[in-house]
This record gives sequence, C-alpha cells and structure tokens, in this order.
Amino acid sequence: MATIDILPARQTQAPSDITRIRPSRGWRAINLREVWRYRELLWFLTLRDIKLRYKQTALGVSWAVLQPLFTMGVFTVFFGKLGKLPSDGKPYALFVLAALLPWQLFVNALTQSSNSLVAEQRLITKVYFPRLIVPVASVLSGLVDLLVALCLMVAMMAAGPVFGWFTVKPTAAVLTIPIFTLFAVLTALAVGLWLSALNVQYRDVRYTIPFLTQFWMFLTPVAYAASLVPSAYRLLYGLNPMTGVVEGFRWALLDTDAPDWGMMAVSAAVVLVLLAGGLFYFRRMERTFADMV
Amino acid sequence: MSELAVRVEGICKQYRLGGPRERYSTLRDQLDKLASAPLRALRGRGERSDQDGLFWALKDVSFEVKRGEAVGIIGRNGAGKSTLLKILSQITEPTEGEVDVHGRVGSLLEVGTGFHPELTGRENVYLNGAILGMRRTEIARKFDEIVAFAEVEKFIDTPVKHYSSGMYMRLAFAVAAHLDPEILVVDEVLAVGDAEFQKKCLGQMGEVAQEGRTVLFVSHNMSAVQALCPTAILLDAGRVDRVGPTGSVVPEYLARVGKTRRESAGPRRLGPELELTDIRFTPAVFPAGGRTAVSVTLSASEALSVDHLCILIYSLTGIRVAVADLRSPDAPYRVRASNRLTVKADLRRVNLVEGEYTVGLYLAAGSWHGDVYDLTSFEVTASPEPSRVTPYHPMNRGFVELDHGPIRATAISFLEAIA
Repeated sequence: MATIDILPARQTQAPSDITRIRPSRGWRAINLREVWRYRELLWFLTLRDIKLRYKQTALGVSWAVLQPLFTMGVFTVFFGKLGKLPSDGKPYALFVLAALLPWQLFVNALTQSSNSLVAEQRLITKVYFPRLIVPVASVLSGLVDLLVALCLMVAMMAAGPVFGWFTVKPTAAVLTIPIFTLFAVLTALAVGLWLSALNVQYRDVRYTIPFLTQFWMFLTPVAYAASLVPSAYRLLYGLNPMTGVVEGFRWALLDTDAPDWGMMAVSAAVVLVLLAGGLFYFRRMERTFADMV
Repeated sequence: MSELAVRVEGICKQYRLGGPRERYSTLRDQLDKLASAPLRALRGRGERSDQDGLFWALKDVSFEVKRGEAVGIIGRNGAGKSTLLKILSQITEPTEGEVDVHGRVGSLLEVGTGFHPELTGRENVYLNGAILGMRRTEIARKFDEIVAFAEVEKFIDTPVKHYSSGMYMRLAFAVAAHLDPEILVVDEVLAVGDAEFQKKCLGQMGEVAQEGRTVLFVSHNMSAVQALCPTAILLDAGRVDRVGPTGSVVPEYLARVGKTRRESAGPRRLGPELELTDIRFTPAVFPAGGRTAVSVTLSASEALSVDHLCILIYSLTGIRVAVADLRSPDAPYRVRASNRLTVKADLRRVNLVEGEYTVGLYLAAGSWHGDVYDLTSFEVTASPEPSRVTPYHPMNRGFVELDHGPIRATAISFLEAIA
C-alpha cells in the first residue's frame, strides 16, 4: 500500500500562515496576490477548456477555420457583391476576415466568460479558489481559435498574388496585432465579469447574450468600413471599444488607414472603467456565488 | 497558543428559505419587487424587512481545534454540518463571527471535483490536483504514487469516461488522499468505492491523523467517526449541542435520532431545475419480513431525464444497509418542464432486523447528481410470526435476517463417520 510521504519537518514547523475568515462588507479591491497564487489553476483550467473545446466534434479544430470562412463568404456575397459596401479599396473578403478575427474572439470570449460561473457551479460550491480565475480562463482559451483563424488569414493573403486575385502587403504594423488582441480580450473580460456575476443571480443574462452580441456587431465596423461613419461622430463611435480593435486589425493586416488615436483613447478609457467596475462588482458578488449559483 | 489550529468564534450563517441554496431570481421578479415596494427593493438585502423568508443555518457556533486533533462533526441533516465545512473551506462567507485558521487548509467536500469525462486520467489528476490547491511540481512528484494508489496504471492515458465507476472513484480519491495540507477538512467522501478501497482510504486517513495533522471530518457513518476521531462536535439546528469524547457524544446522538418522529423532510431543492418534493414509505412502520411501499416525487422546472434513482437505506450508525434501484427498466424517465414525476414501488419481504432506518437517495437527473441523506426514516418492528423471532438482541443480529428453507439436521455417530 502506498503511503503519503510527509516531510518530517512539517510536524514541528510552525504553521505557515494564519487565515482569518470573517464576513466582508462593502466594496473591496480584487486580491491579485491571491489570484497569482492560483496561477497554476488558471493555466490548467485554460488548458482544459482548450482541450475540451472541440472534443467529440466531428470536424474538431477546423471549426475555428470554418466559422470565419463561412461568415466571410456570406458577408462577401451579400454586403460586398450585392450590397456593394465600400471596403477602403481592399478586397472585401479580406476586409471582412480581418475584422472577423478579433470579432469572433471577442464574441466567444464574452459568451464563454458570461456563462462560465454558472457552468462551473459544481466547482464553485465545492472548492475555494479566487473566482476570478473562472471567467479569465474561459476568455484565454479562445486565443487558440484566433491563432488558427490567423493562419486562414495568412493563407488567403498568400494565395491572393499566386492566383492573381489581389496583392496585399502587410507592413510593420502587423507587429501591433498582440496589442489589439489584448484590447479585445480585455474588452470581453470587462463585460464578461459583469455578465458572469449577474448571470449567477439573474439567469436572464443567458438569453440576453446572443441578442447583445448581434446588436454589438452592427455597432462595430465588421461588415462595413468605419470610414462610413462621419468623422464628427468619431469620438462617440469610440465608446465602442471594438471599433478601434477592428480598425487596428485591418490596419495591421491590410495596411488600411491607421485607427483614429483620439478614438482609441476614448475606447481605452471605456475599457478601463468597465474593467475596474467589473472587478469591483465581481469581487462584491463573489462572496455569494456559492450560495446563489 | 501556538497549538491552536482552528478557532471558530460566534459563527452565524443566514440563508434565504428554500434550502441552503438561495434560489436564483429572474430579473422580472426583481422588477416586480421594485414596482411594488420601490424603496425596500432599492435599499438592498441588508435591510430586508421580510424576516420570515430567512433562516439561520448556523447560529453562534464556537469551538477550538488543537493542532493534530481529529474532530468529527456529527448531527442530523440540516444541522449545519456542511455549511460549517463550507465556511471553514472559504467557499461561503459567514454572516457573522470569525474563524482563525492556522496553516494551509485542504478541503475535500467532494472527491473528483472538476474531473472531466473527456480528459484522460493523467490530465484529470493534474487538473484535480490544481483545483485542490496542489502545485504542479507537487503533483508531478506524487503522480506515480497517486496512480499506484488508484491501481489504474494501465489506463492512465485513457479518457476517464471509459473507466468503470470504481476506477473513477479510486483515481479521484487517490488524488485527494495525497493532498498534504496542515488542516484537512473532509465531508462524506468515504462513502465511495468498494469496501476494500474504503478500508484503504480509512487507513490512509487514520495515518494522516496520527502524523499530527489536524482533521475535521463530517460523516453520517458513525463507525467511521468513532474510528477516526477521538473528539466529536454534535450540531443541532445550527448550534453546537455538545463537544466531547466521541465515545459519549455518538451514543447520545443516536438515542436522539431514534426518538424523532418519522416524517418526510419536506421539499428539497436539488440544483437549479430540480426539486425533491416528497419521499415516503407507506407504511413507515412494518414488521421484519413484511412489505412496504416507497414513493418518490420529483418536480422539474425544465425538461430533464432521470438517469439514476436509487433508494439508499442506512442504519442509525450511518452504514448503508441496502439499496433499491428504482430506475426504469428500459429508457430513463423523462420529465417535462414544470411537471412532476412520481415513482412508486412495492418492497416485498423487507428482511431487515428490527430497528430504525434512515433513507437517502442517489439521484442523477438533469444537471444534478449525488447522494442526499436523512430524507425520511422507517421502523422495522419485531416479526409477528413466532417462527421468525430470533432470541438474540437486535444489536447482535446485524442488519439482515437471511431467509432460509426448512432446516435439515443430520446426526451421525462417529463410528458411521469413520466407516
């Protein structure tokens, strides 16, 4: 029979730390040190979500390619060919795909994180860990899909000149993709924190999300060019952080005009406020998750 | 007082009525409330005036546990045992009071938390270890031991959905048994696995207690509590009723349980969409070898299927004595949204030795699965048939009286035997 190896030192050692458990009141900042202590759990949960994402699906990870590919196809036919929407002088298909990359990352991350606490109720009611890990892990796991979809983008950009369809040369701006990705992830997390905590108490949230993301897509220049919006409304348009992200991706990949930096500043401020508020709200609700979920 | 491991002082926990879990509301409910009583709704939960909807799961609980002590926490269902463990494990916050915990706490409120059927044994060990608070290096170091303990070496890279339930539980418990905290908080986890494995786990835990680790152990199994914990805390209706040597607290508890009336515990919420509305034995008092009928009623708010439904029968000492599998013989029961399902079955020839038995349920329905205990109880009285009455005291007769055919006795002389 196997036995546990217990370090003999442990028995004589003074206990390493004292934890005081007491009711918390009011608003508290998120305890980042505690989250850091559980970083390995964050890693394992993210890894699990990635592994599970396409298990038991016949097409597996090709879904990460098929989704943007088909959406791109439909948009190109209806909005590009039939609707003749302008695409800043770039091939419409690429123009849409460049936007779909961050957009689908955002939608998946938002949906997954909003449902994450309810989906992990078994975990939440049986084990202690900083609850923040749950929505964060579900946001991070979506990054793999982005990587796969980026490969599709690269393949299409490479195929263009070969078949003589178009020539698009990326510039050094391509290096900013991680920054815009981070921006999209933080936006999703900021909203996801609010919605996941709300979802624990109000299951209405679950039904709101598809509507919300659809609505949000029309407010984001995914199918159309941001240049359609009169420049006077630019700063107002910046209230939607995803506008800047989509513009940024297009700029980085297709060398369109750089995003309006004033608008980006507004977006950054919006994300910051949403994120900080989300963290505080999450923290406030955290203590009741196990009782309510 | 460096010796102190856990100091619990004046812990109270308040829940809204409807089971220990607060029922989630829909936004509409909240808006309705807002419309009918705008000020009250806006003022928030702290000042809610409808006190009748609230109840105290724990009320002013205080005790201390010294380092290296193994303490059993016993009490009827609803006495607040699980709530107490949840507070000690930091899963939920107390409403009032405070707890000081000296050292790293490992809590096992369930084994196999976070196990995913699609992942391999190896992946689950790492994931589950991390969930229980182990470091990756620590898991890597103990990995071989864990696998050997669970006896699943050959299947460690197979998805656990292909495991037998025994293998699954063994692996889950093996991870838990290799948790190495200073204070171990354990809830009911010994009620798993085959007898051999239970013995092994009990041994492992006994070792743990002897090696100077502090253990807080909740169980319905009185023999396990007696075997593991020299001290016991008896909770009753959310208060500490008695603290003392297990040898004197357990008999008192048993005597008390025996006296309570047999009635159904009332509706109990099991997960978001399921409620156990009723479970009863009719008659609830019957003679040994007699017949009774059991009926279980479930209410579902969403459509779901009932995959497992099994009546668990426990002795007062918390040993599972018998089960009655009430699954439908062909397809699982399907319940439509906001419908009820009642399953009834006759139990013929219940050959239990006279005494009091409590009833639990193993259920897998919709998203919920697990055991629930102490739902109702029944009493078996002495058999009216004189031929069935055994002269020994019921305490000495085990739990089941085996039926036997006519007794044939043959006497042969030694001489005949030799020839």
